[in-house]
Amino acid sequence: MTSVLAMADCGVVLGGRRVISGVSLEVRGGEVVGVLGANGGGKTTLLRAALGLARLTSGQVRLGGCPVGELTEAGRAALAAYLPQDRRVGWNLPAWRIVALGLPLISPSRARPNTLAALGSVGAEDLAERGILDMSGGERARVLIARLIVTGAPLLIADEPAAGLDPEAQFQVMEVLRTRAALGAAVLVSLHDLTLAARCCDRVVVLGQGRMLADGPPAATLTPDLLASAFALDGALIPSAMGHVLAARRLR
Amino acid sequence: MRLIVLLCLALGAALWLGLMLGETSLTVSQLVEAFTRPDSAPWRILWSIRAPRAVTAAVVGGALGLSGAVMQGLLRNPLADPGVLGVSATAALGASVTIALGLATAAGAVEGAALAGAILAGLVLMVLTARLSDPQSLILFGVALSALAGAATALVFNLSPSPVATSEVLSWLLGSVANRDWSDLAPAAAPVALGAALCAWSANGLRMLTLGEETAALSGLPMGRLRAAGVAGAALLTGAAVALAGVVGFVGLAAPHLVRRWVSDDPARLLAPSALSGAALLVLADVCARVVPTAEELKLGVVTALFGAPLFALVSWRAARSWRG
Repeated sequence: MTSVLAMADCGVVLGGRRVISGVSLEVRGGEVVGVLGANGGGKTTLLRAALGLARLTSGQVRLGGCPVGELTEAGRAALAAYLPQDRRVGWNLPAWRIVALGLPLISPSRARPNTLAALGSVGAEDLAERGILDMSGGERARVLIARLIVTGAPLLIADEPAAGLDPEAQFQVMEVLRTRAALGAAVLVSLHDLTLAARCCDRVVVLGQGRMLADGPPAATLTPDLLASAFALDGALIPSAMGHVLAARRLR
Repeated sequence: MRLIVLLCLALGAALWLGLMLGETSLTVSQLVEAFTRPDSAPWRILWSIRAPRAVTAAVVGGALGLSGAVMQGLLRNPLADPGVLGVSATAALGASVTIALGLATAAGAVEGAALAGAILAGLVLMVLTARLSDPQSLILFGVALSALAGAATALVFNLSPSPVATSEVLSWLLGSVANRDWSDLAPAAAPVALGAALCAWSANGLRMLTLGEETAALSGLPMGRLRAAGVAGAALLTGAAVALAGVVGFVGLAAPHLVRRWVSDDPARLLAPSALSGAALLVLADVCARVVPTAEELKLGVVTALFGAPLFALVSWRAARSWRG
């Protein structure tokens, strides 16, 4: 299958600091790719660069085969949707109206059936009329994921979609994204939880100080050596009946 | 839709009060005369004095309410008002300079200068919105612009040769729609209509900004143009309002909050109700200014601040719960 997202030798400099460099990455329809790395490793910048939000100082990003800079605003929105790390919401809109923001070209009342279906797919149909600022972090996260998937974009990019959620909600959010991938979408997510990444991603990309350290299936990629060099951890992924589990301690 | 109808009725009632109440109280027979005999004294009181005054108050209040709603949406800040980015202050500066230079006698000079000040500020802000995407930097710049224009207005006071001019500037700064006639209203029609159209066009963009600049940038909407349209529209409306009535505070801040809960906080659906509630509020404030028996007629800006501040505190207290998060 052709790549929905293709990044070739990408570099970004922010405030004089080289945040990512030499990053090459392809994401195809049907796969969930996790971006892993320590804090400050360049995960968010990689996702923003993939969307054309961070200006490249080198390399090229193609979305749906077209250089991202040449796409119109509408063209880019038709190809990719983004859930940023910042979950602040300005106004206390009811959940279904927040989800309707994923379909800005049709009026909210006409988009309502789609928004309810999207809320249903994240198990949040009962939240439809609640104000988003009156919700818990987990409820808000599910509504924002519904906004992401209602777009129907072939590439879904989410920056730490599982951050701050309880374990069940983390699995639920990842399951929703996996379902979209099974329906053909390409999914790119940044994650901190290596166990979650090992269980839910088809591939992981590991960043260290802005450089790509590894790219491959989780179990084969997250080796003890890589855990030591990328995360300063002494440990390993242990196979279990329910998938791999990280067992690790700080490397001294 | 029901809200719009209710607000139209409220505005209609306020305008009716604006026609009926004033310094001179009219008897029933005089009222009949006012509606049936053109050019009689009661007819002139109603249609040449009170009607243009009430309509001016409605236009100014509507412009300020709409402009306030756009500013709050654009900056994602419930405390934003038409003055927050310095547009009212630059409009006031334009008018003050014109009055202090003794050019106030030329027809339309003060109004033109106020509008020019607002348009100038609007152009600067449009360039800045294209460069700065986050609302915080825009607000900081607006505060600086506002302070600069305020200082320049103070300088006008300082250097003004005659105390007469100084008191004229001061009285103008307090805001009033007294003695307006239809000919004063006509030149404001174009900027108000254009400003309202730009604001209406930006509505979808304002709604999209609810989720922040980055999500909006990737929504597929032409956010750069929509944000510029919002700033330009709000600046034109504010400039036209200041040109018509001087500086009238609180309406632009309070009008959106009065109706916010009935549109479930949606920045796009807030626009028309804010304009209508702003219009009704200012017509009522002007009726108050007229009927409160004081030696010198109360200034409109004084009334809106005196009544508006406690009302606003009450509404904010009620709404406080929905702003957390």
